This record gives sequence, structure tokens and C-alpha cells, in this order.
Amino acid sequence: MKVKLPKELTVAFIAVLLGLAAGSVLMALTGNNPFEGFSYLFRGGLMSLERIGNTLATATPLILTGLSVAFAFNTGLFNIGASGQLLFGGFCATAVGLTLVLPKPLILPLMMLAAILGGGLWGVIPGYLKARFNVHEVVATIMMNWISYWTVYYAVPAYFKGQFLETESRKIPDYASLKAGWLTGIFEGSYINLGLIVALAAVAVIALILRKTVLGYELKAAGFNRDASQYAGMNVNRSIILSMAISGGLAGLGGMTLYTGYATSIQIGILPSQGFDGIAVSLLGANTPLGVLFAAVFFGILHSGKGFMNAMTNVPPQIGDTIIATIIYFAATSVFIERGIDTLSKKLKTEGMSLKNLLPRARFRPKSDDGSVDHQSAAETSDDGKER
Amino acid sequence: MWTIIVQIFPYAIAFTVPLLITSLGGLFSERSGVVNIGLEGLMVMGSFIAAYTISVLYPVLGDSAVWAGLALAMIGGALFSLLHAFASINLNADQVISGTAINMIAGAITVYFARTITGSGNIHIVSGLGRWDVPLLHRIPVIGSLLFTQTYGTTWLVLAILLLSWYLIYKTPFGLRLRSCGEHPHAADAAGINVFAIRYIGVMVSGAFAGLGGAVILVTYSGEFNGSVAGLGFLALASLIFGQWKPLGILGATFFFGFASTLANVSQVIPELARIPGFILKAFPYVVTLGALILFSKSSQAPRAAGQPFSHDKR
Repeated sequence: MKVKLPKELTVAFIAVLLGLAAGSVLMALTGNNPFEGFSYLFRGGLMSLERIGNTLATATPLILTGLSVAFAFNTGLFNIGASGQLLFGGFCATAVGLTLVLPKPLILPLMMLAAILGGGLWGVIPGYLKARFNVHEVVATIMMNWISYWTVYYAVPAYFKGQFLETESRKIPDYASLKAGWLTGIFEGSYINLGLIVALAAVAVIALILRKTVLGYELKAAGFNRDASQYAGMNVNRSIILSMAISGGLAGLGGMTLYTGYATSIQIGILPSQGFDGIAVSLLGANTPLGVLFAAVFFGILHSGKGFMNAMTNVPPQIGDTIIATIIYFAATSVFIERGIDTLSKKLKTEGMSLKNLLPRARFRPKSDDGSVDHQSAAETSDDGKER
Repeated sequence: MWTIIVQIFPYAIAFTVPLLITSLGGLFSERSGVVNIGLEGLMVMGSFIAAYTISVLYPVLGDSAVWAGLALAMIGGALFSLLHAFASINLNADQVISGTAINMIAGAITVYFARTITGSGNIHIVSGLGRWDVPLLHRIPVIGSLLFTQTYGTTWLVLAILLLSWYLIYKTPFGLRLRSCGEHPHAADAAGINVFAIRYIGVMVSGAFAGLGGAVILVTYSGEFNGSVAGLGFLALASLIFGQWKPLGILGATFFFGFASTLANVSQVIPELARIPGFILKAFPYVVTLGALILFSKSSQAPRAAGQPFSHDKR
């Protein structure tokens, strides 16, 4: 998080490449041609205006959950509960949309408010527990996920039961839907909806908060060093609670775009995967708002293209999820990648060798302190790499 | 009330057992200093491997294919957990992110393979595990009918593993080493313990046990692999915390949660229970765990070094 952007871009790029490589291996293992598979995957996400619209619509909740996770990360908090916040926020928005009968310009802001408050509540509880009782937010948010799951599981059939299916709510009426005729028209009848504009606005607002406001400064300071910011007179506990509230609110907003924009009803019995994907989005986007935007669109392509790929080849659509999961894994081990880059660039510098000769020997060392890596990698180059 | 308890007791035990073994696996991992929130994914992996093994071997082995499935699920779980072990022990990765990745990889890749194999994402097994009465003991009045009738073999296996684990953790040199790596890895290292090896063992045991847990679900009450274990891995994690990282605490916690979940599952059929909203019974374990976290926040028994990467030079 401390290094400059270019390196993080490289790390993200390598994580994506490794994820795609893992996807290729998997396709090849099950007797499919990876090149064919990927060409259909990307064509499925991008080949027409309608498909681009679907990609953006799929990316919309991911932008918001990605922002949610990234915002918490900036305060040194790991919000693994974006799924539950998204679900409960989406449920609140759906509840408002199904209850009130108002013209669109009035009801949509009310639903947004409900989504932010619902998701925010789900974020603020772990935040408070962290600030007041030092309960680890990871465990607390996991518990909140399942409380959210069961709340919605019982609340939807009890109050908003669908006409045909027990497992989903009634359909959102047109006046309470984020779908807009003109936008759907531009993208030839895709799922795209006003949620995208909400998400883009959120990216701008969060970037502004993090970079230009005292609030953002205090939140980030609390993340970098809790004790130092406390000593400097900042209210760290307040920062933690506020950060989790905003983080939860963002995920809740994502729930609204998912259930009242992309879909037309809320399903029960599913903990939405968008919350966990948000972790991948945030990591890949280096926890910055703009990075989140790009990462979310990339994952949007994977998700919306997998159906087309499945129709054209024998590759099951789960390949998309597998690639995303693998990318998270490699993003988690980014230290490994970073060290690899370091070693590689040092070697290139010291010996001026070509990349081809070097690759088989580009061994990664177990972590040592930051400073010592340099000496070791320099030493390693002098003994033909047989040291390890 | 008594009749209700007798009625649902076998279900409660069937539900508790996979939770217990998975949570016990989590105990080994966390006691060695590696947080493992990938239990859910490891269970899914175990359930998949068992389902596939049983469906392939059933024509050859008959009913003993089930036990082969359980064994392979343990091996497969242990191997799959190596991903988590490598990331968190060798690469100093964030263990929570790595665990999340484990969950996501397992959920996606197993369904991917299942679809390649069967066409749909589900694998149905022809035959699960039979129930049997324990000879003699089931004739004991009261507890005989509760504990020793219509039991699964896996229940006794898991209880045996529980006792063995308790003995291993508290009464053997290995247990002392395991616990010391979770409390103070540098002290352990200075005492000549190979922290890396112990942590690898801890994570792999958690993988094997969670794999077994997922397989037990399959062969006892679900009968079908469908790409998910419905959050039981997270419930196991909650049990681990509620049981305060102790084998017998975990036994109590998992039984408590298992009983509550069973009550929720059957509450619609039993009029006396239908009055309690299902939501309260279902959300109860998680709310209780949050409560326990608050209550124990001052005196938590969590391994002190859990979640912290270990490297020799950071003394």
C-alpha cells in the first residue's frame, strides 16, 4: 500500500495473468481449448452494445462492494461482511420500493437512503464492537453476514412473498426500478440501469473524501497507525465506527443496484457473492477508488461473458468465478509477486541477461526484512542461482 | 417436551457432528497460529471429493465405497489446504484474504468439475451411511434411546477423534509445540521447534478434518453434493470462538448450535415449536457468538499469535 502506483499496477497485472493462466489450465484439463474459451468469454462480455451494457450492469454492484471493502481497508479494517451489508441494504431498498407508491424521482432517493442506512447499520455494529470492545471486525462481519442471511430469509416470505416462488420477493414495480428506458434503449435492451451512475458518483465522492478531506485524512491515519493518530489527538474509535458505517452504506447501495436495478426481485437463501468479489475488486484495484472501478469492470466482463462462453463451448460458467477466486489468491500473495519483480529487475540490471535465460532461475525467496532482500538477490545472481 | 427432544435428538447429533469435526480442525490451525476462515471451502471440497469417489466406486465396492469416500475427502481436504498453508506460512499473505480465496476457489472449482462430470452441478450418491443401534448400550433406559439408537458410524469416529485431539493437544509434546507456535512462535523457535512444520501440520489437519466434515454431511443427511455447505463452515468458525479454542468447549458449542439449528429446521412440523420464529433460532448462533466475543473481549483465550506470519528475523 505504500509503494507507488506503477508497481501496484504490475502486481495487479501479474495477478490477473496468473488467474487467467489458472483458468486456461483448468479448461485444458477438462478437454477444452483455452484460447477458444477465452475468446468466447471476452466476446460474450464485449461483442455488442447490449453485451457491454450487461457487463456494466454486472460491474455496478461490484464497483460499490469494491469501494466498500477498499474504504474499510484504507482505515486498516477488513470488511469481509460486504455480502451481508449488500443483502440487508438491498432488502431495505426493496422493502421501501414495494411498500411506498410514489413517482420515480421521489421513491428512488428514499430507496437509496434505505439501502445506505440498512447496509450502514450492518457495518456500524461491527465497527462499534471493534471500537468499544476490540472485537475483531473480520469475525464480527462474518457473523453479521449470516444474521443478514437469516433475517432476509425469513423477512421476505413473511412480508413480500412473490407471486409464484416462495424463494423470492414480489417484482419491483417500474416506478421503483433503477432501470431507465433511455439508458436501456442506448444499450439495446440490456440490464444496464441508473445504478451505474450511482456507482460512478460514489467512486468520485469516495475519492474526494479519501484525498481531499480532513475526515479522509483521519480515517487513513487511523489505518496507518492507530496509536500515533490517537496520540495526535484524533478520535480513532470514531474513525473506526464511521469508516465501517460508510463501508456498509456503500455495500448496501450495491444491494439496491443489484436487486432493484440488475434484477427485479430479491432472492432468499443466497449470500450474494458480490460481497466477496468486492474483496478481489478492492485488492486488484490497489484499494483506490479508480482502481476499483477498472477492476470491477474487468470482473464484470468475466461474469457477463461466461454465459455466452458456456453456450458456445463445453466450459462451465464457473470458470469465471474460479478465475476471480484465483486472482484473489494471487493478490493475497502479492508480496510474493512484488519480491519476484524486485529480484527480476535487480537481476536484469546486474547481469544484463535476457528474460529468457532468467526465467527458470527466478526463484522467490522466503520473506526477510525489506532491506535485506536487495543484498540477497544481488548475492544470488553471483552464484548461478544454485544457492537455493 | 421430552418426546420432542427424543424425536429431534438424532437429527441434532447428525447436524452437530460435521460441525464438531470441522471446528476441531479449525482449532488445530488456529492453535498453530494460522487463522483459517477457509473452513467452508474445505468442507465443500471434502463433500465434492466424497461424492465423486462414492459415485465412482459404488458399483465396485458397494457400501464400503462410503468409507473410501470419507478417507479420500480427508486426504483431498488436507492437500487443498496446502494452498492456504503455503500462502500464509511461506508467503506471509494476509491469512483472511487467503482463506476467503480458499472459500471462493472451492465453491467455483468443485461445481466446475461437477458440471464437467455430470452435466449438472450436482452429484447424487446412491447410498449414504446406514444407521445402527449400539449393541447392549442402546438398551440403557433414557440415555440409551437418546444416544445409542440409530447412530451413524461417523458420529463415533468423530467423537474418537475429539478425544484423541484433546489428548494430543494437552498431554503430548506435539500438543505443547502446537500451542506454543500459536502463542509465541519466536519463543518456540528459540526452543528449537520448527514453527513452519508445526503450522503446516496445523493447517493440513484443519483441511483433513474440514474435508471429513463436508463428507459427513454428504453421507449422513444430505445425500447430494450441490456446491455448498450452506454456511456450516462459518458456523464451525463461530463454534471455535464460542468454544474459546478448547476441544471440550467446541464440543459444547457445536452441540448447542447444532441443537438450535435442528430446532429451527423442525419447528414447522412440531406445533410446540412453531410459535418460536425460525429467524430467532437460525440467527441465534451468530448473535450468541457476537455476545461471546464481547463478553470474552477482556479475557479471550484466542491464540495470541493467530493470524501473524512468522519469520525468523523478526524477533
